[in-house]
Amino acid sequence: MKPKLHIGVLALQGAFAAHAEALRKCGAEVRLVRTQEDLSGLHGLVIPGGESTTMSNLLVASGLSEVLKGLCQDGFPMFGTCAGMIMLAETILDGRSDQVSLRVLNIDIRRNGYGRQNDSFEQDISVHSFDTPFHALFIRAPVIEAIGSDVEVLASWGDRPVLVRTANTLACSFHPELVSDLRIHKIFLSIVENFSVTNPR
Amino acid sequence: MATSSTRSVTGSFPVKRGLAEMLKGGVIMDVVTPEQAKIAEDAGACAVMALERVPADIRRDGGVARMSDPEMIQGIQAAVTIPVMAKARIGHFVEAQILQALGVDFIDESEVLTPADEAHHIDKFKFTTPFVCGATNLGEALRRISEGAAMIRSKGEAGTGNVVEAVRHLRSILGDIKKICTADSAELFEWAKRLQAPLSLVQEIAETGQLPVPLFCAGGLATPADAALAMQLGASSVFVGSGIFKSDNPALRAKAIVEATTHFMDADVLARVSTGIGAPMTGIGMDEINQRYAERGW
Repeated sequence: MKPKLHIGVLALQGAFAAHAEALRKCGAEVRLVRTQEDLSGLHGLVIPGGESTTMSNLLVASGLSEVLKGLCQDGFPMFGTCAGMIMLAETILDGRSDQVSLRVLNIDIRRNGYGRQNDSFEQDISVHSFDTPFHALFIRAPVIEAIGSDVEVLASWGDRPVLVRTANTLACSFHPELVSDLRIHKIFLSIVENFSVTNPR
Repeated sequence: MATSSTRSVTGSFPVKRGLAEMLKGGVIMDVVTPEQAKIAEDAGACAVMALERVPADIRRDGGVARMSDPEMIQGIQAAVTIPVMAKARIGHFVEAQILQALGVDFIDESEVLTPADEAHHIDKFKFTTPFVCGATNLGEALRRISEGAAMIRSKGEAGTGNVVEAVRHLRSILGDIKKICTADSAELFEWAKRLQAPLSLVQEIAETGQLPVPLFCAGGLATPADAALAMQLGASSVFVGSGIFKSDNPALRAKAIVEATTHFMDADVLARVSTGIGAPMTGIGMDEINQRYAERGW
């Protein structure tokens, strides 16, 4: 039997509990991460949706932002959804000037790019390599306005990418943790597995 | 690759409940000006509640408390990037229509305002904007959910700076959920009858072990310790009303309450953030008030 993957879910604010449940259903060992100590022994980290300004404040206050930036430089696998994708982005548009991001994913992202809550929507989308559509919830979602040449688009809605990856980073503007379909979490776990084989901790 | 077939849907229950999920582990702060909204956002609030007067002032001034001036709400919307909530009177569906037209992100059908209808709450399914409603017990919570509420908060006793009622309401709601989880299927009919709540929602609780929508805490929270108490009791987030801007140093207190809500299990962090933040609002005892807002709503 393969050893269990240990996945952290950043639990400063937002939809961390739903991610933890989805990852457990995929068979992962899950730990909520609020301090630097919580990161030890993990194979990958999920940054959930929530308010990116709140998370940014708490990342700085807890000293986690520098530690996470270090992990990013080592290629540590990360999965960001909605606000979590903003936290990973190289460039944030319409953000606060003091907003922190890990700058591990080469995209330009516009906060609340799809509008306010009344414009939030659900929509079936086609995902590369999936046989059937994925039901996606977009909640005050950010819009990806540009991507770097190293970023692969796994799904788009309209003319905008909504699910993207690089070697060790996965990010989407919608919320796979709010539906029972685990396929996108499984993509992340396969990224983590590949990384942990070549980089044992 | 498969092709997409369905059209986008806005205002569905999953989309409404989704925003409530995003607000978990956070602090929603009452603000009355754009300047206060900025202070709240700077401190790490996950949303603000735009109000004309905080509950402590409504309590002091008396008179009829209504929906806020749209100009004030728009000023706050322009000042911050985080979600903006606003309050409508219980049963006042036209105030709710106006708030939806203004594009607020959440509507609080609130007992803090003077009720507009003594028998009926708003049919919240008719709206694209999600609603949060107060509850003092599980029956009330389930009736609000059956009317379309996407989030439940304890009522507590707003404007008092006294957490005792919020604790009572949380313990009542979560205590009954625990009991329902140990009930057999025949007992669930009796529970539905006793709670005056839809059987289907009672059965859902028995199956999942939790309320069908997120449960937040509100009403009388004034300190970082109050916020952590609510979280340890089982709330998913906290609303802080008068407690921040009626205190000595709102910016420091707001930041401390945000940190306390995230690190609610870590007493060392709670001790640190509770230190040197100035005096809290004075607060009042339950025997000193003549109007209990929690009794409004049915």
